[in-house]
Amino acid sequence: MYQAIVFLPLVGFLVAGIFGRFIGARPSEIVTTALLVVSAALSWVAFFDVAMGEGPDVFRVQVATWMVSGGLAVDWAFRIDTLTVVMLVVVNTVSALVHLYSIGYMHEDPSRPRFFAYLSLFTFAMLMLVTSDNLVQMFFGWEGVGLASYLLIGFWYQKPSANAAAIKAFVVNRVGDFGFALGIFAVFFLFGSVQFEEIFAQIPAYAEGGEGPVLLGLSNVGALELAALLLFMGAMGKSAQFLLHTWLPDAMEGPTPVSALIHAATMVTAGVFLVARMSPLYEFTPTALTVVTYIGALTAFFAATVGLVQNDIKRVIAYSTCSQLGYMFVALGVGAYGVGIFHLFTHAFFKALLFLGAGSVIHALHHEQDLRNMGGLRRHIPFTAAMMAIGTLALTGFPFTAGYYSKDAVIEAAYASPTTAGDVAFVATVIAALFTSFYSWRLFFMAFTGAPRWAGHGDAVHASGGHDDHEGVAHGAHDQDLEPATAAPHEHHGHAHQPHESPLVMTIPLGILAVGALAAGFLFKESFVGHDWSHFWEGAIYTREGNTIMEDFHYVPAWVVWSPFVAMVIGFALAFWMYVRDKAVPARLAARHPVIYRFLLNKWYIDELYDLIFVRPAKRLGRFLWRTGDGKIIDGLGPDGVSARVLDATSWVVRLQTGYVYHYAFVMMIGVAALVTWYLVTGAR
Amino acid sequence: MLPESAVPLPVFPVPALGPALPEIVLAAGALVLVLVGAIRGERSTALVSAGAIGLMLVALALVFLAPAETQTTFFGAFVSDAFARFFKVLVLIGSIVALMMSHDHFRRLGIDRFEYPILIVLATIGMMVMVSAGDLIALYMGLELQSLAAYVIASIHRDDARSTEAGLKYFVLGALSSGLLLYGASLVYGFTGTVSFEGIQLALGTGGASTGAIFGLVFVAAGVAFKISAVPFHMWTPDVYEGAPTPVTAFFASAPKMAAMALAVRLFMDAFPTIVDEWRQIVIFISLASVILGSFAAIGQTNLKRLMAYSSIGNVGFALVGLAAGTEAGVQGVLIYMAIYLVLTLGGFACILGMRRGGVVLEDISDLAGVYKNHPGLAFCLAAVVLSLAGIPPLAGFFAKLYVFLAAVEAGLAILAVIAVVASVPGAYYYLRIVKVMYFDEPVAPYDPMPAPLGGVMVVSSVFNLIFWLVPAPLFAAALIAAQSLS
Repeated sequence: MYQAIVFLPLVGFLVAGIFGRFIGARPSEIVTTALLVVSAALSWVAFFDVAMGEGPDVFRVQVATWMVSGGLAVDWAFRIDTLTVVMLVVVNTVSALVHLYSIGYMHEDPSRPRFFAYLSLFTFAMLMLVTSDNLVQMFFGWEGVGLASYLLIGFWYQKPSANAAAIKAFVVNRVGDFGFALGIFAVFFLFGSVQFEEIFAQIPAYAEGGEGPVLLGLSNVGALELAALLLFMGAMGKSAQFLLHTWLPDAMEGPTPVSALIHAATMVTAGVFLVARMSPLYEFTPTALTVVTYIGALTAFFAATVGLVQNDIKRVIAYSTCSQLGYMFVALGVGAYGVGIFHLFTHAFFKALLFLGAGSVIHALHHEQDLRNMGGLRRHIPFTAAMMAIGTLALTGFPFTAGYYSKDAVIEAAYASPTTAGDVAFVATVIAALFTSFYSWRLFFMAFTGAPRWAGHGDAVHASGGHDDHEGVAHGAHDQDLEPATAAPHEHHGHAHQPHESPLVMTIPLGILAVGALAAGFLFKESFVGHDWSHFWEGAIYTREGNTIMEDFHYVPAWVVWSPFVAMVIGFALAFWMYVRDKAVPARLAARHPVIYRFLLNKWYIDELYDLIFVRPAKRLGRFLWRTGDGKIIDGLGPDGVSARVLDATSWVVRLQTGYVYHYAFVMMIGVAALVTWYLVTGAR
Repeated sequence: MLPESAVPLPVFPVPALGPALPEIVLAAGALVLVLVGAIRGERSTALVSAGAIGLMLVALALVFLAPAETQTTFFGAFVSDAFARFFKVLVLIGSIVALMMSHDHFRRLGIDRFEYPILIVLATIGMMVMVSAGDLIALYMGLELQSLAAYVIASIHRDDARSTEAGLKYFVLGALSSGLLLYGASLVYGFTGTVSFEGIQLALGTGGASTGAIFGLVFVAAGVAFKISAVPFHMWTPDVYEGAPTPVTAFFASAPKMAAMALAVRLFMDAFPTIVDEWRQIVIFISLASVILGSFAAIGQTNLKRLMAYSSIGNVGFALVGLAAGTEAGVQGVLIYMAIYLVLTLGGFACILGMRRGGVVLEDISDLAGVYKNHPGLAFCLAAVVLSLAGIPPLAGFFAKLYVFLAAVEAGLAILAVIAVVASVPGAYYYLRIVKVMYFDEPVAPYDPMPAPLGGVMVVSSVFNLIFWLVPAPLFAAALIAAQSLS
């Protein structure tokens, strides 16, 4: 069964990737989607079997031996435990729904087989990552999702901005991956294995000062801290944490389903998963956990502030993702791994819902993404509006929605933590909750209420020019394309002047995700973070003796429990006031505080800072090495110089060949004379 | 009754003629062919040509049938050993193939004279004497017989200014080199008291080399270097190769090169083995000078025959690397090198002779443009030849270079080998340029149909070139036996 879960998407990738050109777009879509649906169904079976049911808690599925070299032995193997099956459910469910949704969303794109192949490739790589039984296989999946992310961000490779974003995502992730790789080396150096079971078994004894290799002259705990921090560096890159977050907003250049799948629900949570998976290590590294907490809190706060002023509908949600990932790391940092994963679980539903809803809006408006050009859409696409409202409620933590349970749990865990970092994180996350509520409702109000501001309304700007730039895709094949079987009346997509509701293939996934966004928290709260959490997480998450936070956070003071709710209400009220009641307020505020406004609008100037510190010097260095190093020195002295000298020598030699007999005779006599002289001078012996 | 004071006439026994049987058969046959030609006039060219080829095939058979052991005759002036037989085979093959390839060409040019095959036979006799020479007199005699015939055939196309110019240049410079050689020989005789190689070896072995003998050695070496066209005595080569009719160039590049190289090896290894340190300096100098000049000068050429001239200069330089080693392995390397070079040269010239469009003989590299499209066989053969000359494994030319370099390294001349290898790098350029022109440039019109002998030579050359790495043993064994017979 587990082999099927993991390898069905690979089959889909191979079918669509290799034969997509021959079998056509529609069969490629159906094959990949169907395989993903099967995989998702099997994942739920596995979830109820392993996590909820009475099946074995932790077991290993060996697939094949990968490599054996000296002391290094790496297998292709699955480690199945609660953490794995939770991730399987998240990844496969969202992936299946995104596949389905993409049939509608991408129906005008000429290279759909490629798109679905990439989606399935991504899913396969992600499944390899979460099911891995060792760090190396995990790294394989880690790089695989990075590759798929690169390919999908740059899917519309005709757009220079998409290419730039794809490269940026890849390069920034490389920074993190470098740390991850070093972390794997460190772990292998310390424990002589990359297999989780063997590593985890050795950590407690080593941390207590047991025998073991000395890494860089560090103490035992120091060595563990270093390994943990290096691994966290990888997590920061993949999960877009502060300083390595810059790629995520740009990654919105990819098609919206990709943003939903990769840059909201699954891939970006790989870092969270990594830290949770390595909980037996992090439990012995308090410093690393403090760092995790601070980075998470900072990211949650930072991304929320930036989200306040963004005008691109996808960028707002992207910063929201960034911020929510910060929440998850806060939970991990204070030792409440279960809470972090619970938030990951619920977040996947409502954030995928928000992204797919945003996709539906973009689809309805023919790829308009600027919030300032929306408005009043509630009446035209009521279903999408309702779904977005549910997503927003869940994200902001409205009582009894999914976000309410998981997010409040994070905030309470931060408060319950006895450390200073926990207190800081508590304040940061509560403020971030206020901001989250504000920007989420701001988005909702700007898009769905008020007066319409979109191009098709009243003028013909859209019909003339907007349509050709269909999120950058030339779609000349539109007329030849088969319309989706379930297509709503939208054949005249390109010519309609009114926003239209999306077809069923797109609305069904929205509905399913909305159910998840509403009910996932309520249904699974007890299992994930309830009093019986240790039974649920048996063998998957390790907590050291003395780490009682999973119990403690249930007993925080009432004001702490109420604080996120209050923050949410304030955020909602502010948004309502500024974007429904008195629409002049935002402009006035921006005018009154231009510095703050521009600071936030420009994302704390971090991109500019990186440009100054890294990108430009790197370009200068590259230019220097290219022009001077390679062009002048290597080419000049090497190929070019040598060939020029050869030609000089040639022309000189050829000029000697005058054609006059007496010249030739002269050369011969010179030769004899030279040889004779040589012997006379050297004394003939 | 003889007077008391009278010195009794020395009684010379008649020398054994057996060891020189191939040469004698050739000489007698050449006289018959002259008679046939004189009686039947110009119409007899085809007959004389066939007769000459048949005659040389008989000589080849006799060389093969000769006894395996070393035989000397004419009082040590003529040696028939494995070394001589090895080179006689090469010389005869070179002459036969060159003659086969020339008939059709000359007929089209209207210069198919019966003297040409006879001159080739006479030159061949001279070359065979050269490789069998046991003293300086026989050496000179063979050399002159070959040279005089060569001067004439260089200008065989006597209505063509370039051909006559080539013949004249060759003659004047050849006379000069003969003078140098003779002067050197007289010095050597004067300082050792003998002309036989064995005697010179003995004389130098006891007392060491006097300055006079070294002088003689330098002059003799200069004469020999002229014949193998080694730098700085190479100046005639490009002009003669370009000016002479192409079949004549093919002949010059093959058989006389073999004989002259054999002469050089025998001279240095038989007459002067005891002063190897002295002559090695000369050989290293002319070897490196030849390799470097051959590589660099060829780049500037547009005429294929001139290019082949510089190529031959460079290749002689590589062969001399083996001789510079002065060891048995070095000699073996030289023998292998020359044998492979012979096959490559003949193959290359067969391709050049095949280049004719509308009756016009083509000689420029640019005329090869796109040959691959119209004449894939020719293009393949020539590509194999030039890649082999550039030393690309696994073609035969790679092994030729490999063995001379190995011998040089074993003899402690690693630096020489390294310099030679480095110097050959620019050489690869002009070889590869030919391949590029043939395979990647736009084709022009196809060539005229080629006569059968050319196709046959191309096939044999290509096959040898391609499969040598599979069956190198026969050539290696023969070269080893020949090298052993020398010392």
